Amino acid sequence: MAARIDLNLAHAYHANPKLDSDYALLPLKMSFRAGGAYALLGPSGCGKTTMLNIMSGLVRPSQGHVLFDGVDVTDKSPQARNIAQVFQFPVIYDTMTVAENLAFPLRNRRMPETDIRKRVGQIAEMLELNGQLNQRASGLTADAKQKISLGRGLVRPDVSAILFDEPLTVIDPHLKWQLRRKLKQVHQELKLTLIYVTHDQVEALTFAEEVVVMTRGKAVQIGSAEDLFEKPAHTFVGHFIGSPGMNFLAGALDDQSLLVGERRIGLNDQQAQSLQGLANIKLGIRPEYVHVEAQASFNSIPAQVERLQDLGTSMLMTMRCAGHVLRARLPLTAQHFTVGSSVHVSLLGKHTCFYHNEELVV
Amino acid sequence: MKPVNQKAWFLILPVLVCVAFSAIIPLMTVVNYSVQDIISPERRVFVGTEWFASVMRDPDLHEALWRQIVFSFSVLACEIPLGILLALSMPAEGWRASITLVVVALSLLIPWNVVGTIWQIYGRADIGLMGATLQLMNIDYNYTGNATDAWLTVLLMDIWHWTPLVALLCFAGLRSIPDAYYQAAQIDGASKLDVFRFIQLPKMRGVLIIAVLLRFMDSFMIYTEPFVLTGGGPGNATTFLSQYLTQKAVGQFDLGPAAAFSLIYFLIILLLCFILYNWMQQVGTQAKEQIHG
Repeated sequence: MAARIDLNLAHAYHANPKLDSDYALLPLKMSFRAGGAYALLGPSGCGKTTMLNIMSGLVRPSQGHVLFDGVDVTDKSPQARNIAQVFQFPVIYDTMTVAENLAFPLRNRRMPETDIRKRVGQIAEMLELNGQLNQRASGLTADAKQKISLGRGLVRPDVSAILFDEPLTVIDPHLKWQLRRKLKQVHQELKLTLIYVTHDQVEALTFAEEVVVMTRGKAVQIGSAEDLFEKPAHTFVGHFIGSPGMNFLAGALDDQSLLVGERRIGLNDQQAQSLQGLANIKLGIRPEYVHVEAQASFNSIPAQVERLQDLGTSMLMTMRCAGHVLRARLPLTAQHFTVGSSVHVSLLGKHTCFYHNEELVV
Repeated sequence: MKPVNQKAWFLILPVLVCVAFSAIIPLMTVVNYSVQDIISPERRVFVGTEWFASVMRDPDLHEALWRQIVFSFSVLACEIPLGILLALSMPAEGWRASITLVVVALSLLIPWNVVGTIWQIYGRADIGLMGATLQLMNIDYNYTGNATDAWLTVLLMDIWHWTPLVALLCFAGLRSIPDAYYQAAQIDGASKLDVFRFIQLPKMRGVLIIAVLLRFMDSFMIYTEPFVLTGGGPGNATTFLSQYLTQKAVGQFDLGPAAAFSLIYFLIILLLCFILYNWMQQVGTQAKEQIHG
C-alpha cells in the first residue's frame, strides 16, 4: 500500500566529500506523506533525480537512511521496496504486446494468470489503452508508450509509491496536458504516493499538492503552489517560480527605513524589528505586486521605464529603479505609460518579502 | 510545361566513373571470359553458356559448395552466440573496459596469412601448444592427415579470428541501451534471463543482422587462412569455394570455366545474403503483421 517515505540522508557520487559542491545532495531531512502527490522542482543538476533514485533504491545514499513507513529500506533493492518508477524516456519491452508489457511485473511476481488478466484490463481501461492491448508495443506513439511505462507501475496493486522522472519530456505539448490530467485522475482514484521530478514549474504546480524546490543539492522550500508564489523561502524560489521571477533589490537597513541605492523606503515597525542588525538585505517583490503610478505618492520611489512588452493578457514593464532592473506586470489597460518616461513605484505591501543571506526573514 | 534540367546527371558522373573502374569493368571482363574458350591469347572461341552448364554439373564444385555451406553455417552457429556471450561479460566502462576492448580486438589486427601461420604452428603435434597438449592427453590429433581434424581446425581458427568482431558489434549494441531499461526491468522484477530476452536481445537486433551478414559473406569467401593452414587438404577436406576457384583459374588456367563459376559464386552469395537479410527482418516484424493482418 501507499507508504510514507522519510529521508534523512546525504549523497555524494565521489568518496570523501569535503566541500558542499562535492555533494549531489546536501544533508537533508524530509518526509513524504502516504498518498500525497509531490513534485521535486529544480533546474538541471540540482539533485532532484538523485533524490528520486535514492527513494527508488537505484542509488544508495552515501550517508543516512531511507525509511518506508518507519522501516529502514536503505539497503533494499527497488524490487524489495515495491516502488514503481517512470523514466524520462518511455521504457517498453519491444517484443511484447501492450498487454504482455502491462502483465510483465505481475508475472514476475507470480500472480495467478486470471488475476493478471483482470488487473491488466482495469489498468488498460483507466489509461485508455484497451483498444491496443494486443498490438505490439514497439509500433506505438511516444505518449502511448509512456502510458505503458506508467501502466506497468500502476498495475501492481500493492505498490508503495510511483516515482516519475520528468515523464513528459518526450511527449507532444497537446498530449502533455492529457497525460497530466490522467496522472491526477490516477492519483485521486488510487490514492498512491506519487513523486514527480520536473524542471517545469507549470507541470509541478499543476500536478502536485506540495512542491519541493531544489537547487544545488539542497531542498530550499517545500510548500503548496501558493506558498511558493507568495512567500518564497529563498531567493532562488523567487527567481525560479513565476514568469518572470521575483524582483530583488539589495538594500541596507538605516534606522526605520531601507536604503536601496540612494533611495529610501520606509519600513513598518514589524519589518524594521525583524531586520534589525542584519546586513546584506534584499527586498523581494513579484512583478504582479509592483504598484506603478505616474505621480509620486507616500513611500514611492522613482523609476525609468525601459521597455514595455505586450504579453497578450497583461503588460510587462521593465524599469530601472535605484540601480536595479525592476519588472512589473500590469493590466493591458495601463497603456498610458511610454518608454523613457519617469514613473513612481510602490514596493511595500503585504506581498513584499525581505531576505537575509538569500533566505526569507519576513 | 516545366523545362526539365538534365544537368544533374553531370554531378553523378564522377561516381559512375569510379564505380565503372572499380566494379563494372572488372565484372564485365569476367563476363567476357565466361562466354569464351580462351585457348591462347590469340585464339578464342565464343561458346555461349557452355561453361555455365558444365560448371554447374561439376561434382567437385558441388562438394566444395556443400562443404562451404556447412562451414559458413557452423561459423555462424558458433560465432554469433559466442560473440553475444563475450559482449555480455565484457566490463561496461572504466579502464577495464578499454583494456578488454583492446585485448578482444587483437585477433582482428592480425593479417590473415599470419593467422594461418599461427594456427599451423599452434596445431603441430611436435611443437604446437594445442597439438602437443592434445597428444599429451592421448588424443590423436593431426590436422595435416585427418580430414575431420583439418576441418575442425579451420573452423576453430575462424572462430578465434572473427568472434571478436561479433563481440565488438554486440558490445556497441549493448552500450546503446539506456540505463533506464535496466532500471525499469529491475523495478519490474525481471530476472537476468528476462533482461537478456526482452531487452538486450531485441535491442541488439540491428547489430546482429550486420554481424550475421558480415560473417556469412566473409566466411563464404574464406581463402587465405585455410590456404596457409591446410592448402585445401588433406584431399579436398578443406577446399572451399574460393580455393576451388583459384585452383581452376590460377592453377589450371581454365579462365572460361573459372569466370563462369565466379559469376555463379557471386550470385550464390547474393542470393543467400538476400534470404538471410529478409528472414532476419521478418523475425522482427512477423508478430506485428500477424496482429494487423
